[in-house]
Amino acid sequence: MAPQPSDNIIRVRDITVQFGKNRILDGLNLDVKRGEILGFVGPSGAGKSVLTRTIIGLVPKLSGSIEVFGIDLDGADAKARRGVERRWGVLFQQGALFSSLTVRQNIQFPVREYLNLSQRLMDEITIAKLGMVGLKPEVADRFPSELSGGMIKRVALARALALDPELVFLDEPTSGLDPIGAGDFDELVRTLQRTLGLTVFMVTHDLDSLYTACDRIAVLGNGKIIAAGSVADMQASQHPWLRQYFHGKRARAVMG
Amino acid sequence: MSGDPTLERIAQGNGLALCAAGSWTARFAPDLERIVADAEKLAGSRPNIFIDVSQVSRLDTFGAWLIERLRRSLTQGGVEAKIAGLSANYSSLVDEVRRVKANPELDGSAVSVTGMLEQIGRSVAGVGVTLVSLIDMLGAVLAASGRVLIRPRGFRLTSTVHHLEQVCWRAVPIVVLITFLIGCIIAQQGIFHFRQFGADIFVVDMLGVLVLREIGVLLVAIMVAGRSGSAYTAELGSMKMREEIDALRTMGFDPIEVLILPRMLALVLALPILAFLGAMAALYGGGLVAWLYGGVEPEAFLLRLRDAISINHFIVGLIKAPVMAAVIGIVACVEGLAVQGSAESLGQHTTSSVVKGIFFVIVMDGVFAIFFASIGM
Repeated sequence: MAPQPSDNIIRVRDITVQFGKNRILDGLNLDVKRGEILGFVGPSGAGKSVLTRTIIGLVPKLSGSIEVFGIDLDGADAKARRGVERRWGVLFQQGALFSSLTVRQNIQFPVREYLNLSQRLMDEITIAKLGMVGLKPEVADRFPSELSGGMIKRVALARALALDPELVFLDEPTSGLDPIGAGDFDELVRTLQRTLGLTVFMVTHDLDSLYTACDRIAVLGNGKIIAAGSVADMQASQHPWLRQYFHGKRARAVMG
Repeated sequence: MSGDPTLERIAQGNGLALCAAGSWTARFAPDLERIVADAEKLAGSRPNIFIDVSQVSRLDTFGAWLIERLRRSLTQGGVEAKIAGLSANYSSLVDEVRRVKANPELDGSAVSVTGMLEQIGRSVAGVGVTLVSLIDMLGAVLAASGRVLIRPRGFRLTSTVHHLEQVCWRAVPIVVLITFLIGCIIAQQGIFHFRQFGADIFVVDMLGVLVLREIGVLLVAIMVAGRSGSAYTAELGSMKMREEIDALRTMGFDPIEVLILPRMLALVLALPILAFLGAMAALYGGGLVAWLYGGVEPEAFLLRLRDAISINHFIVGLIKAPVMAAVIGIVACVEGLAVQGSAESLGQHTTSSVVKGIFFVIVMDGVFAIFFASIGM
């Protein structure tokens, strides 16, 4: 599935989100193109997670419109919304695995809900998904509380990918992983994008991820997108926060 | 979206081509499974079988796996089925599913008779474990109290006051309301039945003894077990789940001293206060009903009450209160610390905290009844 250019899978227009008197997002516009991996960065507390949660409908917005797959989520009825939700997967920051279900049940949960498959096929698909995220079949019958942090992230990704979505939201997928694990994860996201034609919306602080996995980077600041473009564009930017971010000590270390 | 998936069989000399076409995606997975199961029967029928996927318009993990499954079942007796016409985009996906191990052996959670018997056995053995852990916690709390007595600076006054507010002050309205109503009901029922013997006034005896000695404290203890015992278990349980208790331990704090002792102390102080207030509310409610419904004047009620009950009844009630509070607190804390990683476990332990708390309160009440009867109080 070759990425079709100028085909926006997410269109966010003039989004304003406010908690009490505290305005988090202020007239924000953002486009995510089909088939790309968009890295989303910004200072801590700038509202990256809030934007993600607003797009997926967990945070109410004051004004603005959000279109996903060309469907306006405000105007959509419950059925259309479910149709959209079936086509995206979300990886939460803490994994958000269902703690009372095993890994296998977690991954099969959305499959069971949306498709009428035989148990055998679901088990095989579960093993395939676990394999894709780099886990052995043995973990399938463990509970989330028996997994390490990195494994939880991987299982959560496997669950997000369970229905072969077209779009996945990743909220800090590599935070809390060791550098090797994080590198594997970036590689994995790349592979999945290539094989499944995924569009990836990734909130991250990991410079390595930005350099190796992302096609495009968007930067959030003061409730707006202050810059969007390739890594090279970011490095050329004169914005003070961007200069610090991409030319700081850690960035130089990553760039070698 | 292109159309339904198909798998056409085309004979080629002594071989067979299976031509897949259409959308081989999750949406069509149930159909695909049937198609593939049909085609699997062809295994071994021809010496040379290959699967042509060049006409497949869309492919995802589900389709790729089913093609891979078909390939594996057609591969037998030294004949390897091949996949042909794979486009570059899909080849990495097919490679990915090719790494999946065949026939994954996942343990099913089958329900069997032996399994159920095992469950019963475990529950019975669990009773012993529960008793031991309760005694264990009692010991730990007493030891922590001892340490605090020696070194009063380790005592958490703020925390104790906070919990006292939660379990005592905030519980007052509901406890007073419920005991007031119970007092009313006892008096009404008493008058209704005693009236047949012309013994209306004896309702005061019954109300006084029942409320001060038994019902007042028992009812309040049950309410506290439901209200505060469950809260303790849920608080400690979620702290355990988020490793907050481990964090305390690594900072050199004793969780018993920091978390449990203030809660226990608050409960032990709160229950006698609540039991006293509850008893008063019940007497007041009973008196009110006796006056309005039974025509017993307040003066006559008080006079009769003074004759009917001694201070012993009141003391018996209040002596029981702190002991019941300790039982509720210990059960709640043991259950809280036993919570495992899942939300389900938190729910189970909160439930069993309330159930066990109420059970032990009633058992203690029985033990006290025997004790006070034998010392003649």
